[in-house]
Amino acid sequence: MADKVMLKLENVCKTFNPGSVNEKSALKNIDLEVYEGDFITVIGGNGAGKSTLMNAICGTFPIDTGKIILNGDDITRLPEYKRAKYLGRVFQDPMLGTAPNMEIEENLALAYRRGKTRSLMPRITRKEREFYREQLSRLELGLENRLTVKVGLLSGGQRQSLTLLMATMKKPDLLLLDEHTAALDPRTATKVLELTEEITAENKLTTIMITHNMMDAIRCGNRLVMMQEGRIIYDVSGEEKKSLSVRELLEKFRESGGEINDRMVLS
Amino acid sequence: MFFDALPGAISLGLIWGIMAIGVFITYKVLDFPDLTVDGSICTGGAVCAVLMGLGVNAWWALIVAVIAGALAGLVTGIFHTLLGIPAILAGILTQLILWSVNLKIMGQANTPVDTRSTYVIITQLEAGWAILILFAFIAFIVGGLYWFFGTEFGCGIRATGNNPNMSRAQGINVSLDKIVALMISNALVALAGALLAQYQGFADINMGRGAIVIGLAAVIIGEAIVSRISINFAVQLSSAVIGAILYYIVYQFVIWLELDTEYLKMFSAIVVAIFLAIPYWKKTYFRNFIKKGKKPLIGGNADGGASGGAGETPEGAQNNG
Repeated sequence: MADKVMLKLENVCKTFNPGSVNEKSALKNIDLEVYEGDFITVIGGNGAGKSTLMNAICGTFPIDTGKIILNGDDITRLPEYKRAKYLGRVFQDPMLGTAPNMEIEENLALAYRRGKTRSLMPRITRKEREFYREQLSRLELGLENRLTVKVGLLSGGQRQSLTLLMATMKKPDLLLLDEHTAALDPRTATKVLELTEEITAENKLTTIMITHNMMDAIRCGNRLVMMQEGRIIYDVSGEEKKSLSVRELLEKFRESGGEINDRMVLS
Repeated sequence: MFFDALPGAISLGLIWGIMAIGVFITYKVLDFPDLTVDGSICTGGAVCAVLMGLGVNAWWALIVAVIAGALAGLVTGIFHTLLGIPAILAGILTQLILWSVNLKIMGQANTPVDTRSTYVIITQLEAGWAILILFAFIAFIVGGLYWFFGTEFGCGIRATGNNPNMSRAQGINVSLDKIVALMISNALVALAGALLAQYQGFADINMGRGAIVIGLAAVIIGEAIVSRISINFAVQLSSAVIGAILYYIVYQFVIWLELDTEYLKMFSAIVVAIFLAIPYWKKTYFRNFIKKGKKPLIGGNADGGASGGAGETPEGAQNNG
């Protein structure tokens, strides 16, 4: 594994609704170094700050203190749409990742132009169309023959696979997966997760994946991070991570005062 | 006679059809109910009438009016994106600003356009010609917009209206796209206002009152007619024009029946309300239908998310965002 740092978070803090009764300190002095090629799974209870961490990296909101450095560039103050150039994202809700009233190929064309200035040239070229067909055929969902179908007509699993393809087709510096299989039925979830591993391995993508599933968290990737109340409380990689068991992980979780819910143990 | 008045109704419908295309862009493409139009249609008329009064050529007056409309859209866009004001309120604020601006432009509540001794592009005195010229305008506009929304940039605007979350994640500058769409929309609305001023021979401070409702009615009626035939974008744009023509034919019919035309705005509002309610009713009815145990529907719906789900959920997602 190369030791180049792809993402570096320095003392990142975020408090929502400061000074009000709803004040919530969502991220507390987060320091994290993600190396090129890392596949990190992030676990933690509800409200632990997993999604907040991901949104902070994406620039959905400004952070209060600290720095976010991606591939050597300080992106702390970059607006969300400009960071998109470097990031691939898949959301938990399959509805969020695609434009439902637009065609499959139009969605792909939008993603293919991520980070490029959008000109007055045609939105999609004939050559691209062949490329998309080829990419879609890898999903084995038969979408390659339905290029002009509106995405709104696809199922959740199909849409999530498509979003995954859109996020990775143009290789991002960092792939962010926010419980992207949680809203799918178990069989589809497994398939999408397999596809995720296949794509990330093939393109050697640096990936951060939030999950509620302890088994997946242990099995996938080379590094595991546990969050609790806005802090990273456990960070393990390599052999140590591989040898973890769900029981040990739950033990760690309980030690740190986390509440265990059914979703972590089952599924 | 009713049929004698038909050319007049059609040409008015075509003028308002241009306006309806503007409403289509904000309401349908951008998912932004823009109330600026009540003001910007009058701005277009006022600018055109005043300039022509000063001896400016009708075409130049038209061009300046279009630019004025685009600026009105820019103001609403800035209110919404830079100041974070909700869409409807941003439009209302600009509308109110335009009320003062329009009065200032004209210096009075009403400005005549001399249609007899100066050259005008269209006039109600020659409604037949007006129809031809307006058709040419609309063909040009629909063609231009069809091209524009097929480009990378135009595609980005459609994505912005469809799913702003996804658009940002794909690197689209959502704020910029909203502003550009609002400017194009209001430029078209002002164009309609300028043409209307030339056609009827005056601009009036009240000419835009309730314009949004007429625009919406045109878009909705047009959609109801065309949606089953084609989902082609150019056809959809044209459907707004067809809706506007139908609206004015009905209007003419009401006049012919010697009904009280003062009720017309109320009727338009009710028609729009009913058409907006139909999708909601359909949804409710559909759910009841499933509850009664029509199993195949549940399967098809849950799995494919095809019919009902596809229509409902994207809107839900947008509202959340």
